[in-house]
Order: sequence, then C-alpha cells, then structure tokens
Amino acid sequence: MLIPCPHCGPRDLGEFTYGGDATKDRPDPDRATAEDWNDYVFHRDNPRGRHAEYWHHGQGCRLWLKVTRDTVTHKIEGAETVGPAKREGTPS
Amino acid sequence: MSGYRLSPNAPGGSQIDRSKPLDFTFDGEAYEGFAGDTLASALLASSVDLYGRSFKYHRPRGLLSAGVEEPNALVTLGSGARSEPNTRATVVELFDGLEAKSQNRWPSLGFDVMAVNGLAGPILSAGFYYKTFMGPTAKAWMFYEHFIRKAAGLGAGTKLPDPDRYEEMNAFCDVLVVGSGPAGLMAALTAAGSGARVVLADEQAALGGNLRGSGLSHDLLAKLSAHDGVTLLPRTTVYGYYDDNTLGAVERVADHLPVPAEGQPRERHWTIRAREVVLATGAIERPIVFGDNDKPGVMLADAGRLYVERHGVAPGRQVALFTNNDGAYRSVAALAAAGISIAAIVDARAQISPAARSIADAAGAELLLGQAVTRALGGQQLSGIAVATYDAAAGTSVGTARTIAADCLLVSGGWTPTIHLASQAGGTARWDETLTAFLPGAAHQPWRAAGACNGSLGTAASLAEGAQAGAEAARACGFASSPVSLPAATDEPLADAPLPVWDARPKGGKGKAFVDLQHDVTASDVALAHREGFRSVEHLKRYTTLGMATDQGKTSNIIGLALMARERQLSIPEVGTTRFRPPYTPVSLGALAGQARGGHFRPTRRTALHDWHIANGAEMVEAGLWLRPRIYRQGNETVEQAYVREARQVRESVGMVDVSTLGKIDVQGPDASEFLNRVYSNGFLKLPEGKARYGLMLREDGFLWDDGTTWRLSETQFLMTTTTANAAPVLSQLEFLLAAVWPEMKVAVTSVTEQWAGMAVSGPKSREVLAAALDGIDMSNEALPFMGVRKGHLNGVPVLVARLSFSGELAYEVYCGAHHGESVWTRILEAGKPFGMIPYGVEALGTLRIEKGHVAGPELDGRTTAEDLGLASMVSTKKPFIGSSMYQREGLTDPARLKLVGFVSAKGDKIRPGAHLVSAGDTASPPKSLGHITSTTYSPALEKYIALGLLEDGPNRIGETLVATYPLKNIDVEVEVVSSHFFDPDGSRMHV
Repeated sequence: MLIPCPHCGPRDLGEFTYGGDATKDRPDPDRATAEDWNDYVFHRDNPRGRHAEYWHHGQGCRLWLKVTRDTVTHKIEGAETVGPAKREGTPS
Repeated sequence: MSGYRLSPNAPGGSQIDRSKPLDFTFDGEAYEGFAGDTLASALLASSVDLYGRSFKYHRPRGLLSAGVEEPNALVTLGSGARSEPNTRATVVELFDGLEAKSQNRWPSLGFDVMAVNGLAGPILSAGFYYKTFMGPTAKAWMFYEHFIRKAAGLGAGTKLPDPDRYEEMNAFCDVLVVGSGPAGLMAALTAAGSGARVVLADEQAALGGNLRGSGLSHDLLAKLSAHDGVTLLPRTTVYGYYDDNTLGAVERVADHLPVPAEGQPRERHWTIRAREVVLATGAIERPIVFGDNDKPGVMLADAGRLYVERHGVAPGRQVALFTNNDGAYRSVAALAAAGISIAAIVDARAQISPAARSIADAAGAELLLGQAVTRALGGQQLSGIAVATYDAAAGTSVGTARTIAADCLLVSGGWTPTIHLASQAGGTARWDETLTAFLPGAAHQPWRAAGACNGSLGTAASLAEGAQAGAEAARACGFASSPVSLPAATDEPLADAPLPVWDARPKGGKGKAFVDLQHDVTASDVALAHREGFRSVEHLKRYTTLGMATDQGKTSNIIGLALMARERQLSIPEVGTTRFRPPYTPVSLGALAGQARGGHFRPTRRTALHDWHIANGAEMVEAGLWLRPRIYRQGNETVEQAYVREARQVRESVGMVDVSTLGKIDVQGPDASEFLNRVYSNGFLKLPEGKARYGLMLREDGFLWDDGTTWRLSETQFLMTTTTANAAPVLSQLEFLLAAVWPEMKVAVTSVTEQWAGMAVSGPKSREVLAAALDGIDMSNEALPFMGVRKGHLNGVPVLVARLSFSGELAYEVYCGAHHGESVWTRILEAGKPFGMIPYGVEALGTLRIEKGHVAGPELDGRTTAEDLGLASMVSTKKPFIGSSMYQREGLTDPARLKLVGFVSAKGDKIRPGAHLVSAGDTASPPKSLGHITSTTYSPALEKYIALGLLEDGPNRIGETLVATYPLKNIDVEVEVVSSHFFDPDGSRMHV
C-alpha cells in the first residue's frame, strides 16, 4: 500500500503506523459526560468501504495524516496533514 | 510406470544435453540423468515408479505432472543444514551430486507399515480426527496428537541454521509480465517496443513456457533481449499480488547448483512495483476422478507430452489415454511420433473432431468413444484399466467394464486457467461454461490477463492476446504503441473445450477415488461433508482439508467444487469458489527474511558510553533495542554477588550508572507548560525554572502508561524524560495530541534521546564527587536542592545537572552532549576515586529501586492504575488531563483491585518474578491466585530476598504470610507481606 504523504510524496506502508479512526473527536472535558468518553475511547465503527483514518509518518516527516481509504479495496482517495498547517496529497 | 529414455534419434528431448551426464542419488541409490533433466524426468527415464507415500493413507504414489502443480512426488533434497523437505521432483533441476530422499514412508518407500491406514480407509474419512480424538476432554487430543502427527505428514525440516545467503531486491517497472509462454512473450515484446520498462518473470528454468525449445520462442526471446529496459527473470516465481500493484517474487538463483557460488545468494526476493501488470500465467491440466486414480502410472496427459518433448523420456511402454477433450490428442501425437505404443484412447465423448481422429488413426490406437476409465488396476504400479460405457446425461459410467492392459494412463479432464494472482488482486472469478473453469474476473488493480490464463488456450490466440495486452499496458503507462507483427501460427485444430466429466465411476464403483491427492481427500469425503452439512465451499475446504496441502489444490479444487455441486444439485458457479491467497507456490522463509536474520534482525542501539562499558568488563543485556551494562563482574563473582557488591557500594559510598537510554523529549513553545499540564496527571503549570518534577502519564482509558521526570530549563523549554521502553510511543502520542486534539497550542516536540548522554551519580558521596568534577557549580543543598536543575560545565563541556534520585540515596543525573559522554563519565569516575566510586549496571539499579519501592516496567504493565501503585496523590482532581475522566470509572476504583505491596522471603529462599500469590492453606488445584510477584532481588540493605508484587487488598494484608507459587517449576516460597518501601521509607537519605 502506498500512502500519499502531502509532505514526502507517495511512501510505502512500512513507514507509517496506524493511528485509528479519524472520525472521532476528543470530547471537551468541561462538558463531556461519561457516555461521551465511553464512546470516544471504546466505540469504533467497522465500516465496509470509505473510511477516514489517522496514520503517523513516523519513519518519515513524523506528521500525522488523515487518510481516506476504502477498507474493502484498500484504495486510498487522498491524505491530508493533521494540525495547524493543512496540506493535501493525492495518489499518483 | 515403465518409463525409459528415448533414443537420441527420436524426436523430442529439446531441453536435455545428452553429452552432459549427471550422477545423483534417490533414497541412497545411484542414478544417472542429463543436464536439462528435472529430478522427475531423470527418475522416470530410469523406470522409477514410486516417488512417495500419500499423506494420510500412505498409499504408493507416482508422478502426476511435470510442473509446480505436482501433488505426489514430494522429496527431501540435500542433507544436513541444506536439507529441504517437500520439494516437487517435477521442478527440481538436476545437478551433479544431487541427493534426494522420499518422504512419509517407514521403513522404506517400497514397504510402508503405515499403508495399513489404507485398509482402515472408511474410518479415516473427513473430520475423523476431530470426531474421534477431540472429545470428551481436551486431554484425549493432547495424548493422541503426537502419534497422529507422526503418522500423517510430509518431510521433516532441518533444525540447523541455514548456511545460505538471501538477497532482497526492489524493482520498479512500467509493465510486469508474469509468465513467458506465447502470450507473455508477445506482451513483453509489444510493451518493450513501445518504450516501456518491462520485467518478464517465469517460474521455469528457461523462458518460453509452452513454446520452450521451439524456434518461435528463440526468435521472440532474441528480439526481446535486444531491447534496453527489459529485465528477464527465469527461475522466478511471482507468488503474491498485493496492494498498489506491488508483487512479490522469488528468484531461485542457485537452487540448480550443488551449493551457491562464492558470494552468490541462494535465492533473491523481489518486491516489484509495476504500473501495469500482464498476467500470462497459463493453465493447469486437471485429472478425472475414477477408482484408484492415484495408482503410480496415472499421469496428466500434457505431462506425458512434456516428458517426451523436453526430456526425451517415454512415460511408459504401453500407454493409454483417457480424455474428455480434443487437446489431449496432442500428447498422443507426440508419443506416437517418438515411437511409443498407444494401447487405447478412451474418450468420454461420443463425437470427436476429424483432427483428433486422424491422430488416433496415425497412432494405430484403439479408439473407444463414449467410454470412460472406471478404475486403475494393478498393485503398486498400473497394469491395466477398466473401461465402461459413459452415460454423459447421468454423469456416470454404466454397464460392465472391459480390461485393457497399460503401464501408463494419461488423463486429461480439461484445463484450469491459473487465475491465482488475478484472484489475489481482488477480482472475483467468473465462470466459463465452455472450458468449465473459472476465469479472471474484473480487475480492481491495473492488470490484464492474456492467453491460457484468460481462457485462450490456442497458441495463435495467445500470441494475439498477449500482443494486445502488452500494447494496452504500455499505452496505459503513457507510451505510444508501435505495431508489432504477429508471428505466423495457425490456430490449433484441436479445441480444448471439454465434455464435463468429473467422476467417471459407475454408481458404487470400487476403489478409492481421490480428488485431492496430496491431502488424500476422496470423492466420498466430499459427499460426507455434504451429508454432515459442510456445504459451502469454505466449509467443504476446512472440513475435508481439500486444497489445503502445499499444492493448494492446483489439480483438485475445481473437481471438489464440481462434486459438491453434484451433491447439492446446483451449478458450479452457484456453489462458488474460494479466493486464492499468496503464495502461489511455497516460498522459503529464508527468502522472506532476506538479510534480516541474527544480529541484523533489528537494529541494535548503543549508548555513547558503550565502548567504555565493554572495555571495562561490563556484561551487556538487551533492553528493547538498547544494550545496557548488566553487571561489571569482578573475578568469578556470580551475577548476584556482582550486583549486591555494586548496590552496597552505592549505599555506602558512591557509584554511577549509564541512564542514556531513557527517552528524552525536548518540549518547547509558549504553551509548553499548559501542554505538559494536560499530558501529565499531576500539575506542571507552576513548576519553576530550574526545577524538575516526577510526572505520571495515563492512557485515555485511565490506566497508567508512563512515568519520568521533566525538567524546566526556561520559561518556554522543558526536557521530558520517559521510560526506555516508551520513548517512541510517548513522542508519537505527543505529536498526535498537538496535531489532532490541540492544534491551537504553540508547542514543538523533538526527540533528543540520542543527543544527550546521561549518567546517574548516586550515593552519600555523590555531592563531593561532583563538586570536585564540575567546573564551579555550587553543589550545596541550598544552591542545588532536591529536584533542582542547573546548567554548568565539566572540563569545559556544557552539562545539565539535576538532583534526582531513583536509588533513594543523595543522587544527581548529569547530562551532556553524546559525543562528550565518555570524557564526562571518565572525569567523574576519576573524581570519585578517593571514595572507591564504581560503575554499576542495571541489576544493581533494579535492586536499589526495588528496595525503595519505586515502580518500573514490571509494575507499569498497562493493567495497573496510579492508585494500584500507591501513586493516587499524583493524580490531580482539579484539572482535566489525558485519562482524567476514565480514571474515575467504576472498574478502576474497585477496592478489590490488585495493589502494590512488598514481600520479604520468610525462609531465605529466592522469590521468582511471575510467581502467583496464594494462601498458605489453599489446597485447591489450582489454588486461588490473590495476585502476583512483579520484581524481585536480593536486598543487601535488608540482607534478605525481597520482591514487589500486586496483591488483592494488598495494603490491608501487611503482616500476613502467603505463598509465592510457581507451579511450572514446582517452587513454593513463603513470603511475608510488607510495605513496598523497604528501605529508608521517609526518604531522609536523599534529602541531605
């Protein structure tokens, strides 16, 4: 699998670590209920098809990426950096 | 099988060189073959009939095929460290001095006592082991398993280290062509002609596939070699098709040689990234099921042709053919041309083409149309066949059988396209009614299939399809196509479309009828699976193990599906097929491991002080990837004597330990203190400059994750330390939080683990030592109080000095740039000389921390909370932090949780880490575990064996006596429960 890192270009899967479901936002600790936390920490969908995931380019630029991937075909639609300076990469 | 070598005057033998005889042995007996022979062809030429015993019933087995699909002729090659089991004799290239042994027989291939299993046939049917040995208790299986595994099986591997070298290659190309038959050659040539970079790989010893040895293949290969940018890879099996058009291949560089040449790898693993792939993987002939169809002498029709044409070997003296298609008449033509007598042609069809009939006539063979072979006759070797009328409508033979003498029966049930790679790439196979076979489905990745793999079995059609696929692939890569003229080839007059004949037996026919020869799965096993409800193809496969042997059912899968379809009264496509998985053929572990073996399996990390440790007698121990000094042994001390001496010296005077392996993260930015305050469970906002603080990190789920000290170097800069093990995960987590959770925070984090060398100077004399070593830092308690951090110099080298204590003694950590590590370390040791200062290793480090009850890796095991370890006061209730909400949940505040306490050995016995804590009077088997021991040591301070452990209701059991039991070694040690703070509980020694 090649992940199109917006900073480094397409790179082999081996350079990345999977970081889990990117559709979950960490609850605001000032307002969140126990159920919110339970959902954030433990509950994950297991979608068939399009999915947003975090991947960490630990053996490269060390940026965290949000990757849109099809869980059936492993086809990657695109990737963007997560954080203050957003950049996008598309599969070549 | 009465095989023999044909005379040099007979046509055929295109691959052998009769001027180069080769000597080899099979089961210790000497044989001769020629260069260009396979082990199988050379043995067949020497009239060898028996090649192995079958997996379950130990039935005698001969050669079925001439290629990678061989289910029977598995042999062990070589001896000693180079011994390799389960190689297919049909693809082993012969070399001088080759040693081969048959497998799964005892005492000999000709006489095997386990063949009695065949008599017990009906009870060894599908699911027999599960039904018989699994119940009523698991113990039954534990008892029988050993005997069953011994009786059923393949060859035995060697336990010696592999003496050979394996290489890894990464290749990039525009077009990868898999298979070098007519379709593959044309695809490669067309793509290369357009300017594409082409890799052409083929599993056989020479390129050409079905055209091997022909003038046409010579021409095409010559043209191909003239192109730059073409890589030809014979002896290379593309075994796996992975995401993003990445394919795995193994090149057998030296398997055809006695040993690899100097510097030559045995095998080379290729990771090929191709923009486009052409699959020209051909097709594999399939047999037809009849009684005792595994009898040596029964061979696939095309294999018989290949032995004649390639190796100049006749498969028998009296050959019969059983077919359901025209294509198999090619084999008759080839054998007849070589002067081999054709006894009979049994064809299940009532009508055959004029071309087939003229071949039969020319061969002078008796032609039996509308008939089928119902049983193979003979003892250990075929002596004849039983033939009866075939009722195509009923799909079974009828009437009385007639016997025909034959020592070899060639069988053809049609062709199965080799769609393995296409299936791996994600395409769902599609059924082709004409070929009664599955073809590659729609492509999800950029590949296209051509030739026999795509269902086009004729040479002319394959050439045309290959050329088209090559042109399309090149075009898809952006190359303008340049027309390539197709070589002249007339289309085969012999069509390969078969009459669907799967099981030719009459109802109640005699003899075992095998579907999967390698796993001894019979037609009645398929019927049994159906009766017992294992009807889906996935269940059929697992219940009968059909297609799960090393040949992956290359000759049997489709027959198994057909028989299940017959049972279920459905069509084959309605029954469906399983998806193929890599590897296509077995891949050696050496090829997959490549260079990553022994010390190269993973990186080794050495601290800046490594060379000094080695030069000064340290014995090193692995800590993750790191090597750390374990002890500095003196004389013939035991490990225990060494660490006790080292720890004692620290408590009495002073010692120094290398702590460079601790994770070190530089945290900088205007929001750094707020960030740390959210990451650690305790407060960091108010940590003043020049001070360090011990902090705890929790996971989001509330469990304890990591600990360490973090030093405030300035208003906006901190140096965080982590445990050695968690250095990388903590950095990743901090990066994640700053990117995904709090992107508004102005903080940067960087690993500086390898930039700093760190050393802990511990003991009552440490202050005096450092006062002498450092360039004018005021080391007084007032100037550098407990947890204070100062910048300074040592011999002009900039250093950081922090007053921290893991040992419980007055102690300091000194950090300097890694390249200055050794000079700083030796200078401090020199300053310590008057006090008898020593270096100490991680054993003594552990002893000192256990005596203090400090937690480390064994206690921070991912299942403990701060409260479990007596660190609840470090968890703030006034601020949110990572894990703060989950920390409060019910399960983590349960008073029954295991809690950290100390243990003292009551009678002077050693305590084992991992021992379980049980009540002394508990006689249950097993006794109820109340907790377990995590860390143990001999304590020089207490002069006793002590331990830390996690115990149910621990703090309330202080004073009780329990047993630390280790049933695996039958060790029971009486222990007294005490506080985890064994030594100097009020901490007075480190505050002086």
